[in-house]
Amino acid sequence: MIENLFFMNGYGLYVWSAFSFTLVSFLTLFLVIKIQYKKEKNKFLAKFGSLDSERAAFAKSQSINKEILSNISNI
Amino acid sequence: MFKYFGPNKIFSITSKAPKYVLFLFIVILSIGLTEALILSPEDYKQSHSVRIMYVHVPAAWISLGIFLAITFLSIIGYIFKIRNFFLIAKSLAPSGLVFNIIALVTGSIWGKPTWGTWWAWDARITSMLILALFYIMYLVAWRIFEDNDKVFKVTSIITILGIINVPIIKYSVDWWNTLHQPASINILSKSSIHISMLFPLMTMTAAFALFSLLIFLMKYNTELIKIKNKGLDRL
Repeated sequence: MIENLFFMNGYGLYVWSAFSFTLVSFLTLFLVIKIQYKKEKNKFLAKFGSLDSERAAFAKSQSINKEILSNISNI
Repeated sequence: MFKYFGPNKIFSITSKAPKYVLFLFIVILSIGLTEALILSPEDYKQSHSVRIMYVHVPAAWISLGIFLAITFLSIIGYIFKIRNFFLIAKSLAPSGLVFNIIALVTGSIWGKPTWGTWWAWDARITSMLILALFYIMYLVAWRIFEDNDKVFKVTSIITILGIINVPIIKYSVDWWNTLHQPASINILSKSSIHISMLFPLMTMTAAFALFSLLIFLMKYNTELIKIKNKGLDRL
């Protein structure tokens, strides 16, 4: 049964390459997007950390929803 | 009504959803792969090579679906000036392109044992390649243009031009003599595919749809944080 699963009457190479390509593409895209997300998140944390106390307090006073809403007009 | 599509409303959901979507995706994909590779029967003509259908067809369907969604969002966003629609469309595009590439590559792999060639300039395959080019142009436009109004206009034009290609992809197998087989699944009439193959196909489609949702959520959150970063610069 295992042998049949791998060789598939001579079509194994085609079937496994198609499935492998799909799964590798998924993994690559997932990792790329995750890296981009972490990069932006770290950038945000670094910027927030560099704010002086007055500005940091002001930024903290805004809820995340209000902050996003106020910034979306600049997309 | 459109205020409900604002990022402030959506972010509270999109920031929490990815982990649940990832879990569901892994479960559905595992079921789909077991069905597609082990439990589903081989075809009387194509033997085991038919299993490539379980990745090729869902990838093609989803890449087309995402392009339709991007076009709809861009047009509505442009008419009603809803900038968040452009952000949603932009976040959908990467998974659309990857699914398009998967459809092309797995189709090519399937073509070798079935038609005896890796590639043919056949109507369906060529129109899918053109769709990939539109996806690339769309994503490149977002990188090239920094002015928002310009990028909204350019990406909307690209999607409007690209959408002309979608019915060509769908009906290419009916309009021209192609190597590609006609559709086996019809919503309006009886499908020619057996339930033992339809079930894994639908399961894999559900898994692929969940993956594109996962990538969309992650990308959308990234774009929102980018906006927040710009906001901090202005403080």
